[in-house]
Amino acid sequence: MLNLVAKRNWFYLLSFLVLLPGAISLMIPPRLKPGIEFTSGTTFSFRYAQPTTSTQVRSELAKLGHPEARVQGAGNNEFLVQTKEIGGSATIPPVGPSLPSERDAIQSALSKLHGGFLDTQGKPTAQFIDFSSVSAAVSQQIGRDAAIAVLLASLGITLYITYSFSNVPNSMRYGVSAIVALLHDVLLVVGVFSILGKVLNIQVDTFFITGLLTVVGFSVHDSIVVFDRVRENVSRGLIRNFPDAVNHSLLQTMGRSFNTTLTLLFAILALLLLGGGSIRDFLLVLLVGVSTGAYSSIFIASMFLVTWQQGDIPRAWRRLTGRAARPRPSETAPAE
Amino acid sequence: MWKWWNRLSIFLIIAVAAGAIYAVWPNEPDRYLPSFIPWPSGQGLPGKILGIGLPCHTAHTSASNPAADCKGMTLGLDLQGGSRVVLQAVVPANSKLTPADITDGIKANKQIIESRINPLGVSESQVQVSGSDRLIVEAPGITAQQLQDLTRPAVLMFCEGLQQGGQSGAGAALAVVPDGSKVYYEPGTCQPNVDAKGAVALKDAAGNIAKNPDGTIQRVTPTYTTAYNTENVVWTPAKGDLNGAPTIMTGQFLQRNVSVQFDQLGQPQLIFNMTKDGQKVFGSLTRRIGGQTNGLPLATFLDGEPIRGADGRVIAPRVQSEITSTGTTTGLTLADAQRLKTFLNNGAFPIQMKVIEQQTVDATLGDQAVLHSVQAGLIAMLLIMAFMILYYRLPGLLASMALVIYTAVVLAIFKIGLPGSGPVTLTLAGIAAFVLSVGMAVDANILIFERSKEELRNGRSLIPAVNAGFDRAWTSIRDSNVSTLITTAILYWMGNAFASTLIKGFALTLAIGVVISLFSAITVTRSFLRLALATPLARRLWLWTDDKPDYDERTAGALGPAEGADA
Repeated sequence: MLNLVAKRNWFYLLSFLVLLPGAISLMIPPRLKPGIEFTSGTTFSFRYAQPTTSTQVRSELAKLGHPEARVQGAGNNEFLVQTKEIGGSATIPPVGPSLPSERDAIQSALSKLHGGFLDTQGKPTAQFIDFSSVSAAVSQQIGRDAAIAVLLASLGITLYITYSFSNVPNSMRYGVSAIVALLHDVLLVVGVFSILGKVLNIQVDTFFITGLLTVVGFSVHDSIVVFDRVRENVSRGLIRNFPDAVNHSLLQTMGRSFNTTLTLLFAILALLLLGGGSIRDFLLVLLVGVSTGAYSSIFIASMFLVTWQQGDIPRAWRRLTGRAARPRPSETAPAE
Repeated sequence: MWKWWNRLSIFLIIAVAAGAIYAVWPNEPDRYLPSFIPWPSGQGLPGKILGIGLPCHTAHTSASNPAADCKGMTLGLDLQGGSRVVLQAVVPANSKLTPADITDGIKANKQIIESRINPLGVSESQVQVSGSDRLIVEAPGITAQQLQDLTRPAVLMFCEGLQQGGQSGAGAALAVVPDGSKVYYEPGTCQPNVDAKGAVALKDAAGNIAKNPDGTIQRVTPTYTTAYNTENVVWTPAKGDLNGAPTIMTGQFLQRNVSVQFDQLGQPQLIFNMTKDGQKVFGSLTRRIGGQTNGLPLATFLDGEPIRGADGRVIAPRVQSEITSTGTTTGLTLADAQRLKTFLNNGAFPIQMKVIEQQTVDATLGDQAVLHSVQAGLIAMLLIMAFMILYYRLPGLLASMALVIYTAVVLAIFKIGLPGSGPVTLTLAGIAAFVLSVGMAVDANILIFERSKEELRNGRSLIPAVNAGFDRAWTSIRDSNVSTLITTAILYWMGNAFASTLIKGFALTLAIGVVISLFSAITVTRSFLRLALATPLARRLWLWTDDKPDYDERTAGALGPAEGADA
């Protein structure tokens, strides 16, 4: 029988290597590229009827006093622009023909890139598709509330697992192990987005936080399925050796874990390839999170449970501090 | 197995499924489904059953469908197009407003905004108070310009030309700045910034007070002349006398019965009546400036900008006699007159507000997003169903049928709403949550089927194996879904804290999906399986598993699972 549990330290090493680049990237500022919800500023999409390059749009915006504008082509002569906060309806025009707001000024300047507002058929040469603007006042609370939400979710889930597993010994360890796997997944997703922020300038926004919280839900979902099997195998008492019971449970639930992850990935990929749009980054979070959630439920949550039950950590500590290591109590296959 | 209550549950499932499919069937199925099949167009059934309003599908009236207010899915701003703004109360540093005053003021502002939305005929708009000092305005299908009108303070102020000495007293000569220089007025008023030497401050392109490179305020010294025009004159608040106190004439002295009428030439004119106090203020004001030679011009400023006419010039008629009860403004376009009427009749905000967040989505973008999401959902479902059927065979097929029912029921809930609440607003994030919940609905079935296969492998016969699959998988399904529900509850709470309808919509959609998926994956699939197990299909084992277990009738059902045998 395949003994995965005996190789647990190798899986820790693998996770460490996978997490390392993201963790390093998180240590180098800017840790994550904040979206306008977290800083303040304006994003808008703009569509031209005629072929236009992002260089043209960028130089036009620089002329209007926005040299900081980031212009990103989105295909079909659509451009995603991000600038400092632009006065939209903040500058209020009076009744009647009026002085334009900054937004109007930008719209008319960008529209005139190809001559007039209207082409020969009378269609607008350019138009705003969407426009959103946030001032600093809103943005400060979001980060704090998100952190509270993750903590509360973790706490709620740990309590629930501890309660639900109260018929097996050390039920709290199941909850904590699930949270360790959860933190593994959160760290991976945040690390990947830190790297993506540096390389592709992908920003984190409210969608990112929503996605992250969904990943939290999925991660625990997967861990619980495995733990539930461990609970069943342990409480039946047919396998007395705990690592073997966990290993057996892992192999029993492997098919399910694989198939469920596959169906979820179908759903996410279909949305990503077809829907996309403004929720693209959100789906990217889910894609990374669902994959690592399935992995961590098997190779982190369950392994950590065994590590804890076997007293590996105190033993490693004693070894490091030079005291004599006691033999492991009940493991059949020796780990490295 | 084939008992009466099993027949009943199958019957109920089919009835619910048929009702749900009928309720959600789109009126333009060709948009989402391959068009070579002549799909019937959904009609829907307007009306109520058991107190729940039933939807119908089309906004178009016809002989067969006379209900004009029929609506489809309730779509959020990102799918329908429209605008969302967050407004925050601006409390000056030295104000004496108590928190209770601010709360009352915000509530009054909310009513004012609502009354401004009504004439636009926008359905499903929402104005909600958030926290202690914020308002969130969400209005689908309105343009950026209309949104500005909803949120403007609407402070109307009457203004006269500035006279010698920085005051508006006697003498017909008015302050005039060189053509093209733009005078700065204090926000929301027509109060110029005049220094001790009588020079007025100018404003920059962004509307702020203009500064010289050395940081001092840019000023221009006006000349005083009778040869002024409405474009180059410096304005100042027009004051009248109210019981002995000089008082600025503002919109609060107008009765809320401003009307738009047409004069003999067919030009629109705005008619406004003064309140009792307004008659004193406006009467003394017009007596003073009308008493000058030829009279003096009187302009109106709305939120710190002069009201301009159809020709683009400031409207400032010369007042030549005392006006007490009724005034008129001519020269406006009809559209502007109507807008002004709306502002004046609903009053100005008692508490000033500023826009701190705004979002506008074009309707065509939303339309595309709906189309793409529906297509993505369909493809995701087909992929999942193909996988389930290929991998789990007959149970996979039955689970796929349950999945279709699940989809129809969830969409019907979105459309009709839960009892006691309105329809669920569908957003892009909500659609994502829904498609994800489809994936999770399948997870419960995968857990059950894997477990059943295991029991078969361990030597149980088919029916006990399937039953054991359901029983044993239940704790996993329960615990994992409860943990997801905990997450959605916290997300919903967070959405409330952020006042983010996006996050709230996502959480609500996912929660509904999880709850219904428990029902569909357990009850519906199990009923179908019971039905199938009672037919000759149950004798063809290849339909149920790809394993070749040592199937033994003698031990079937009697043997417990042989776990641990290989450990």
